[in-house]
Amino acid sequence: MDKIKHKILVLSGKGGVGKSTVSSQLALYLSHIGYKVGLLDVDLCGPSIPKMMGLESKDVHKSTKGWVPVYTDESQKLGVISIQFLLGDKDTPVIWRGPKKNSMIKQFIDDVNWGEIDFLIIDTPPGTSDEHISVTEELLKHNPDGAILVTTPQAVSISDVKKEISFCNAMKLPIIGIIENMSGYVCPHCSECTNIFSSEGGKLLAEQCNIKFLGKLPIDPNLSICSERGINYFTEYPNSSTLASLKSFVDNFNFKSSTTTTATN
Amino acid sequence: MSDQLVAPPPENCPGTQSEMSGKSAACAGCPNQQICATAPKGPDPDIIEIEERMKTVKNKILVLSGKGGVGKSTFSSQLSFALSMDEKVEVGLLDIDICGPSIPKIMGLEGENIHISGQGWDPVYVQDNLAVMSVGFLLEKEEDAVIWRGPKKNGIIKQFLKDVYWNDLDYLVIDTPPGTSDEHLSIVQYLKTSNLSGAVIVTSPQDVALIDVRKEINFCKKVGVPIIGVVENMSGFVCPKCNKESQIFIPTTGGAEKMSQDMNVPFLGRIPIDPLIARSCDEGKSYLITHPNSEATKQYNLIFNKIKEIVNNSK
Repeated sequence: MDKIKHKILVLSGKGGVGKSTVSSQLALYLSHIGYKVGLLDVDLCGPSIPKMMGLESKDVHKSTKGWVPVYTDESQKLGVISIQFLLGDKDTPVIWRGPKKNSMIKQFIDDVNWGEIDFLIIDTPPGTSDEHISVTEELLKHNPDGAILVTTPQAVSISDVKKEISFCNAMKLPIIGIIENMSGYVCPHCSECTNIFSSEGGKLLAEQCNIKFLGKLPIDPNLSICSERGINYFTEYPNSSTLASLKSFVDNFNFKSSTTTTATN
Repeated sequence: MSDQLVAPPPENCPGTQSEMSGKSAACAGCPNQQICATAPKGPDPDIIEIEERMKTVKNKILVLSGKGGVGKSTFSSQLSFALSMDEKVEVGLLDIDICGPSIPKIMGLEGENIHISGQGWDPVYVQDNLAVMSVGFLLEKEEDAVIWRGPKKNGIIKQFLKDVYWNDLDYLVIDTPPGTSDEHLSIVQYLKTSNLSGAVIVTSPQDVALIDVRKEINFCKKVGVPIIGVVENMSGFVCPKCNKESQIFIPTTGGAEKMSQDMNVPFLGRIPIDPLIARSCDEGKSYLITHPNSEATKQYNLIFNKIKEIVNNSK
């Protein structure tokens, strides 16, 4: 853990707002611009990361130095760990109560051999319960950068994110900022932009709570297709607004500045 | 029992309810050993109380989905609104999403509190025949986080079942959080002897959601909960400007209908995306009443009628 320069937790109170999409796109983008990245999925009952990274049928191997992450390609710039890699059949439910989930998470934090990497992005399930308490407690021992909160613009989602802010405050976990996902859908027939889940909620919330607003991600069916098929969205759609948004998120981060990063371009 | 443990159970824990509890090889050295060895065995006395309380509730419907944000709470609330449109039908809506309760907001009951009477906890009423219970009513402020581990969540779910005075109900709709963990195991375990009608499983069309839903269906099969059927939510978007349909969440693997066939469970129908549904939820109003002629309302009603039919025929 201490060989990892930046540790970022991706949180949201509500489910289905795009935590896994944000986590995986962020990881892909960071490795795309030259960093070494790890992506850890602590959603034990509904892991989506392997599917989104196109790594569905992969297995984790154990070495003397611990678990070896599954790498997206031979350059080993992006390593992934998810419980899915430990399950034989992908339809098998993980029917575990809290204590068992907690010990799994502790193993994920302590026993994975990530090597020397620049970023570890941690994707979480929705809520403020066992997984979140455990991963935060473990992570706080290793000086994390903090949490990125993901929300959609509608009021129901915002109210769950407020809970997540209270969670971060109670756990003393710094908040890096808020990302508003699914901010409007552009009709492919007439290019009219509709705010399916209303708009601006995330931005207002950030202002209200005095948290940095990192930006908006529009609804982009191409992105979910790429997620589904595990294709690199950036090389496929180099001019997309999603890519522009990700770039501005990364530019907006206030990384713990004491460390120098090893970006090559 | 499990709420008395002082440390997480070891890997090969025989289970706190088991006959071997406190005695198996894995128990040696476990800090809980003494607690487990001396705790009373046999059926949980609370389950008997729950059974008694649930005798006045005819049909109990669980709303489940593996993935979050696919519309469980929206579906549960619209189902409850729809059932209660018949004045003679008594409906209860129980929200067991402890960490992210959305039901109070969607039902227009934000800021309400529960009251305790001689008969137990009184639910909050939307109208005479529609009662609601949620952990949201127990919080002082909307933004308060419920930072609870499993055993505490199980405790409140048990209390909801044991202590809430629903009176006579025709339907109790139970909204759940995503996943297959504490909340789900507990509700099924606590209602085991109370005749759970079954589960409606909600999903969105894309494969990332269906992966989790397959797990949820296998969960139901494993723990013995009958599956009423699968609903595909957020299925297609009709542009308000040009009226043409497009798919936001694309069913790359055939969507929920094909998955239902593959897994041999009934498919109940699809509900299109309508920005007005999200708005109705934000405003706490019944979408079915405010938009009676929309396509989504038509689909909702078709699905609700199937559910009523299946539940009432299963007796």
